[in-house]
Amino acid sequence: MPIDVPAQVVANRRLSDDYNVLTLDAPTIAAAARPGQFVMLKAGVGLDPLLRRPFSVFEVLRDRTTAAIAITILSKRIGPSTRLIYDAEPGRRIDCLGPLGRPFALVQPPSDAWMIAGGVGLAPFATLAEALRARGVKTTLFYGARRAAELFHLDTFRALGVELVLTTEDGSLGERGRIVAPLDRRLAARSPDAPLMLYACGPEGMLAATARTAIRHGRPCQVSVERIMGCGLGGCYSCVIPMRSDDGGTHHARACIAGPVLQGDQIVWD
Amino acid sequence: MDLSVTIGSLTLKNPLIAASGCFGYGVEYADVVDLSSLGAIVSKGLFLKEREGHPAPRIVETPAGMLNAIGLQGIGARRFVDEKLPELRARGATVIVNVCGTTLDEYVEVSRVVSDAEGVAAIELNISCPNIKEGGIQFGCSLHGTFDVVSAVRKATRLPVFPKLTPNVTDVASFARAAEEAGADAVSLVNTFLAMVIDVETRRPKVSNVVGGLSGPAIRPIAVRMVYECRQTVKIPILGMGGIADARDALEFMIAGADAVQIGTANFVDPFIWDKLRAGIEAYMERHQIARLAEIVGSVDTRAQTAGHRGPALQT
Repeated sequence: MPIDVPAQVVANRRLSDDYNVLTLDAPTIAAAARPGQFVMLKAGVGLDPLLRRPFSVFEVLRDRTTAAIAITILSKRIGPSTRLIYDAEPGRRIDCLGPLGRPFALVQPPSDAWMIAGGVGLAPFATLAEALRARGVKTTLFYGARRAAELFHLDTFRALGVELVLTTEDGSLGERGRIVAPLDRRLAARSPDAPLMLYACGPEGMLAATARTAIRHGRPCQVSVERIMGCGLGGCYSCVIPMRSDDGGTHHARACIAGPVLQGDQIVWD
Repeated sequence: MDLSVTIGSLTLKNPLIAASGCFGYGVEYADVVDLSSLGAIVSKGLFLKEREGHPAPRIVETPAGMLNAIGLQGIGARRFVDEKLPELRARGATVIVNVCGTTLDEYVEVSRVVSDAEGVAAIELNISCPNIKEGGIQFGCSLHGTFDVVSAVRKATRLPVFPKLTPNVTDVASFARAAEEAGADAVSLVNTFLAMVIDVETRRPKVSNVVGGLSGPAIRPIAVRMVYECRQTVKIPILGMGGIADARDALEFMIAGADAVQIGTANFVDPFIWDKLRAGIEAYMERHQIARLAEIVGSVDTRAQTAGHRGPALQT
């Protein structure tokens, strides 16, 4: 059951000119959030911008007794709301509604898990990696960005025992090019008998390429989709995504309540 | 303190109604809102058959508002009755069904389906959605069309009928009068204002449907004026809406002439708004020593302002 809290900004770490990690004092939401779920943040006060914006829960911060005390969100500055999120000073309060949406379905050993992230699509994978580690699932992160300076929090994932496969479009770190290329090669090299779950989040083009690659290799792929969202609760029908229906047709599913985690092979990619 | 209001034969425990298209089918909000605490909820618009609506992007934000072009995606009247209505009834919600049609016959047929179901309090006739090509607003933009569809549905159902009027006409009050003459039990107004937003970098419209309907606080003063004009023109109750975001806004609509109010866009921003609205209205009633909220309906004082009046009026 989601709640709405005026969460105090505890910290705001700017990772670059565009990216920041905002820490919000929201212990109840932190304790309830499952990997892949999101919160709706009201970045502004007053009427402009009017609506909230969806953000994946990036990290759940815990105290020494391992009780959840705060969440962080990873934001990329692209518009008025994310500009306010980027500029938010500690002490400010931001209305935070959550946790919302359907989380990732977690696998168990002997299945391995491969997470595929593009840019700000890294956001849902820190909590997922933590949950998979607790289950003893061997986990790999395929993570692509434009340049080395935009590959963030690599140490977070290393500390969780996650193997890293990195790409940059300019070749400044890892392999040069897009993340789907090494994913495709690794899938081809893997024995079909070795169980595997793919988890993907990132720009739509990357998600479509990842989902198609997964289908080609006969692997299940859960994707976390990002849509323009009005309410986050299923009320407005703004965030729809075309999905295949059981009868062979297609239908518009609401990403906020049917997702944001959906089966990649059920989405109708353009 | 009595917050109840009457809309013709229908008594609501308070005037706060969830607006159509802004509250899903109601069941989506059952986790966050006690549905029985609302005056009523209005379902998403329903045709006879399922509709998929427009492709994304379907909304874009504007200053103090938003523009939507959802395209009336919906599950159809029969599935609503079978799959959603039982839960709404079990949760004690007062349910108004928003009835759509592309033809007069479809309006009548959907109204019959809804009327045959147990637990529907009223029909809101959608003759004002700006986002579909056939039907709907074509009826709502013609006085004859409005009269004809309201008359036809009036004859087909025992339920109260509330046509929802579009503001995209020269004189809304004349449409309220046409609805009244055709036997409407009340009118809902206003639906959204037809609007457009363009991305200047790409020169592309920001919603896939090119144009959409503007809602939110940006439209409120225009909507209040339209409710006021209709109040001067018709005797039937008015369900007022357009950018209500707090209790003062709701009271403003009632003072202008609305018997009840609908909240849409503000529910997206704050799904917990209902308790806050009710508390704000109760505080106002206490401050102004109002025992029955219905007393304030249409109570706007438009007499020429004397020096004595001017002081408090300027404080706002």
